[in-house]
Amino acid sequence: MIEVQNLSKSYGNVEAVRSISFKVSQGEVVGFLGPNGAGKSTTMKIMTGYLPPNEGTVFVDGKDIREDALPVREQIGYLPESTPLYSDMVTYDYLEFVAAMRGIPSENRTERIRAMTNSCGLHDVLSKRIDALSKGFRQRVGLAQAMIHNPPILILDEPTSGLDPNQIVEIRELIKKIGQERTVVLSTHILSEVQASCDRVIIIDNGTLVADGTPEELRSGLSGGEQLSVTLQNTEEEVAEVLGSWDMAEVTEHGLDENGETYFILTSGNDIRADLFRLAVSHNWTLTGLHRKSKNLEDVFRQLTSG
Amino acid sequence: MQQTWTLTKRELRAYFDGPAAYVVLCVFLAITGWFFSNALFLQNVASLRSVFSIAPFIFLFFVPALTMSSFAEERRAGTLELLLTLPVRDWQVILGKLLSLALLLLLAISLTLVYTISLAFLGDIDLGGTVGGYLGLFLLGLTYGAIGIWASSLTRNQIVAFILGFAIIFMLFLLDKITDFVPSQIGIILQYLGADYHFQNMMRGVIDTRDILYYLSLTGFAFLMTTYSLAKRPE
Repeated sequence: MIEVQNLSKSYGNVEAVRSISFKVSQGEVVGFLGPNGAGKSTTMKIMTGYLPPNEGTVFVDGKDIREDALPVREQIGYLPESTPLYSDMVTYDYLEFVAAMRGIPSENRTERIRAMTNSCGLHDVLSKRIDALSKGFRQRVGLAQAMIHNPPILILDEPTSGLDPNQIVEIRELIKKIGQERTVVLSTHILSEVQASCDRVIIIDNGTLVADGTPEELRSGLSGGEQLSVTLQNTEEEVAEVLGSWDMAEVTEHGLDENGETYFILTSGNDIRADLFRLAVSHNWTLTGLHRKSKNLEDVFRQLTSG
Repeated sequence: MQQTWTLTKRELRAYFDGPAAYVVLCVFLAITGWFFSNALFLQNVASLRSVFSIAPFIFLFFVPALTMSSFAEERRAGTLELLLTLPVRDWQVILGKLLSLALLLLLAISLTLVYTISLAFLGDIDLGGTVGGYLGLFLLGLTYGAIGIWASSLTRNQIVAFILGFAIIFMLFLLDKITDFVPSQIGIILQYLGADYHFQNMMRGVIDTRDILYYLSLTGFAFLMTTYSLAKRPE
């Protein structure tokens, strides 16, 4: 559906995006991840046809964004970073204005605005001026204007930034609902957001694409195996003697924790919890804790984007 | 074209939702009215000449004040990004903004018809001079407006946009006033380039295509420069 080909963009002599390529298929929800200033916004601005790229191009349904700019723009709904809106307008008038600019015939506008009011929960703010709205409602109005022409593709630049935790959950739910029937590309630097709402993650660092895959794929591709933390009510020496010569896992760390219990941290290639339990039983150890430290996207992100 | 008109309506509404349009219209009427009645009652001159002579001065300040926000504010607020990713061409956006200013100017100018009508009761009015004056005033304002919009597209700061727009317009306004200080050959060129010179011609009732062409080509030039400025999509 969307095909980004060798995209490059520089501002003066700063290279913001360096030869990025990826594809997004229909119905996917793709999360764009990267540290601030990595080139996420720039890539999105090019995808929406706002910025012209220096090199490369974007195809939407086979149409070049540079040559068929207007038909491509009709396919896309866009929410720029920090949700710019005409603050001097009333919500309803603003949506009506966007609908008209989108070429929706006047007899259908009321119906589209009603649909957006329902799906974005704008009932209470339709007659309020936009500068009187809270950040959460501004974000909803931003989403409503992006979807008013029922576009198959939505591009959302940091849709949850600056919201409080409740609003974040609300907007996330909304995006999830939207994502069921549309292709969504959203950028964020909040990792839990990607885990919560994306089918696929693209990590960008310093203008280059460093990872592309499902959250699970990225986690499993991480170097280093699984870590298991074990606490027991036996003496450290007693357990260390056995575990030191155990061939299923390596002891990376051991000692006494703050409760005075013996703890061990084991590293292994796969899940060894069952084996460890049997080992404990066979030695008559009193196992009080067994906890798998699974790698999360945060580790992936740090490993790929640091240094 | 539908979209251009939609944008024009939005811009006009923005003028009238705030105090800007009312202040401009009231002050414009007050100043021209004072000059008109001053001539009429104190000097016994029943003529629109006084109105037409002061109006270009008022436009010099008011038009860049009206256009300073057109693109600068959209850039500052980030709404330009939304506007330019809608399925419309850049030139349609510029045209929409210029059109809204043109309509506001038409309103301001047509309000001064009160003076013309009252003169018509007192005696015959100079039809050529009146029509020429009104047309010239509109074209002058339109040209100033196109320049003001261009200036506004160059910056995200409204004050800079105003000063820049005013400076360019003031320079054009002065060009035909400094002909005494330069060799006559250059003087003729400067005179032709001066914005006020052409207005003076039209005000005399001479509606010459060269004068109309001057304003239209200057408007077109500023329009073109605005499209270049927007095409660069500065941050």
